[in-house]
Amino acid sequence: MIQIRHILLLLLLGLPLTVQAALEIRITQGVEGAMPIAVVPFTWTGADQAPADLAAIIDANLHRSGRFAPVDRQAMPQRPAPDETPDAALWRDRGTNYVVIGRLQPDSGDRLNVQFQLFDVAGNRQLTGYTIPVERAHLRRAAHMISDIIYERLTGERGAFDTRVAYVSVTGPGEQRRFALQVADADGHNPRTIFRSPHPILSPAWSPDGQRIAYVSFENGRSEVFVQNVDGGERTRLAAFEGINSAPAWSPDGQRLALTLSRGGAPDVHIMNLADRTITQITRSRSIDTEAVWMPDGRSLIFTSDRAGQPQLYEVSVTGGQPRRLTFEGRYNGGASLSPDGRRLAMVHGADGRFRIALLDRQTRLFQVLTEGRADESPSFAPNGSMIIYATAEGGRGILAAVSADGRVHQRLVLQEGEVREPAWSPFRQ
Amino acid sequence: MRSPYAVPPVSLLLLLIISMFILGACASVDKTASTDPVLVEDTYGDGRMHGDRYPGVETTPLGRDGQLSPEALASALSDPASPLSRQVIYFDFDRDDVRAEFVDVIAAHGAFLARNSQLRLRLEGHTDERGTREYNLGLGERRAQSVRRMLMLQGASSSQIQVISYGEEMPAVQGSNEQAWQKNRRVELIYEGHLR
Repeated sequence: MIQIRHILLLLLLGLPLTVQAALEIRITQGVEGAMPIAVVPFTWTGADQAPADLAAIIDANLHRSGRFAPVDRQAMPQRPAPDETPDAALWRDRGTNYVVIGRLQPDSGDRLNVQFQLFDVAGNRQLTGYTIPVERAHLRRAAHMISDIIYERLTGERGAFDTRVAYVSVTGPGEQRRFALQVADADGHNPRTIFRSPHPILSPAWSPDGQRIAYVSFENGRSEVFVQNVDGGERTRLAAFEGINSAPAWSPDGQRLALTLSRGGAPDVHIMNLADRTITQITRSRSIDTEAVWMPDGRSLIFTSDRAGQPQLYEVSVTGGQPRRLTFEGRYNGGASLSPDGRRLAMVHGADGRFRIALLDRQTRLFQVLTEGRADESPSFAPNGSMIIYATAEGGRGILAAVSADGRVHQRLVLQEGEVREPAWSPFRQ
Repeated sequence: MRSPYAVPPVSLLLLLIISMFILGACASVDKTASTDPVLVEDTYGDGRMHGDRYPGVETTPLGRDGQLSPEALASALSDPASPLSRQVIYFDFDRDDVRAEFVDVIAAHGAFLARNSQLRLRLEGHTDERGTREYNLGLGERRAQSVRRMLMLQGASSSQIQVISYGEEMPAVQGSNEQAWQKNRRVELIYEGHLR
């Protein structure tokens, strides 16, 4: 018997969208042993053309994860209707284990209902099914949520398709360069500009609730730290001391911000209490101490320091004290991003004149170089730890790329014009 | 002649060597200044530059109370014969120590600032694109601080000098090759009121 649960979604609230050139995603290297899954084109019960091809969006998401091998719709042996159960034998013969069928129905006004079911054709049973009420403008988001549900049901891990990526885009030549802080869906669609400037923008960092982004702007002729609401636009200057103000990173509880201040001396890691703006200095050295990130328990920070002569990663307690060196491989390790469980450390690894993304497993001490670029930087973990997004160069311009945390699946996200850099993957939606 | 700033031990020897260079440079700067048509008082009171073009006019460097007109400043900074005409200091990869070839240039600027206390200078530190953007922000500042220390050894005052780091964000030259990188690893000396 088909059982359909209902969930209510924030999709109905609706947010203004600015349509801009989307990031185009190209999968450059796939993986063997991915799960075959068929996402049957959703039935549209309204008049005219279907407003979106949800199955195609889900297909692309699952493919991108590297964990699934979606079946080409031309090669599908049948297209079961929404109230039908797939013919198990027909699909099993083709080596397909899972089938998704769905329906898109008009409701009132701009509202629609999306219904889908995931079948295990080998076990001949429905694994899950939902009805999702959605506004027309948020159909893509519904497809991302369905992708997350499928991903979690079949891999046991939470999906990260219904998340966002913040990044800095750069357009225009020379003096006409324009910088924009943008937020797009994790698949590169629906980019919105949240801040635009003729001066450089750096280091966007999401608050743990996904509501705010802290970043560095040079709009006043030097580096200063700002925080801005992602949806509302309210914007505050947090740090504008003499010297460098940069590298913001939110504490897991969202109450504090680690940042780099030089205050006329050398750059050191500090922590600002956001409620009263009081600042505690954490590192004290004549070296460059910067790029702090928080351990998930909020009790220590991992940061870059060249105190030993070359940049390497260190860990220090938030109460201060002697930092402990974490990386010893190669001459240059910096720009850390931690997996959500705190176990794996992604970094920019410089060796042999190239900068690539590397991963250190803090338990096994295994050190693995994941990428093959010459100038790869700004790694940022997906909130489920499955992928790392980073900045790289292709044909002399900056683009974004992503690699699965096991290094097996590579993809590139290309903006139609200009450069993209400084990606930061959002937390899960709350 | 001692830097008021604490320096890592490794740099002490270097500083000593630099100081020796600068002691030599002081003499040559003073000599340059005394014959430099730019650094003269406005004897005629017409706001124009006078000097070697007016034989017999006494040419003395401006004192601490003197005013340097924008034209005089521009002229002082654009005379190709003067080390002051060089306002960009280049650095080696991931280094912040000043190369020997730039010691005289920085010394000349330091002495110039010391003689003209009303002048204000912005030091903009830059790096090439290699390495992380945040680390490069630190490196650019460190380069600018190196230049600042040397300027102060010549008597420039800290209130005259502002340090700003742009890291790798404002490359002088686009490109991902050693030629471009060399041009981008730099500190620019920018005098207030003087457009280059």
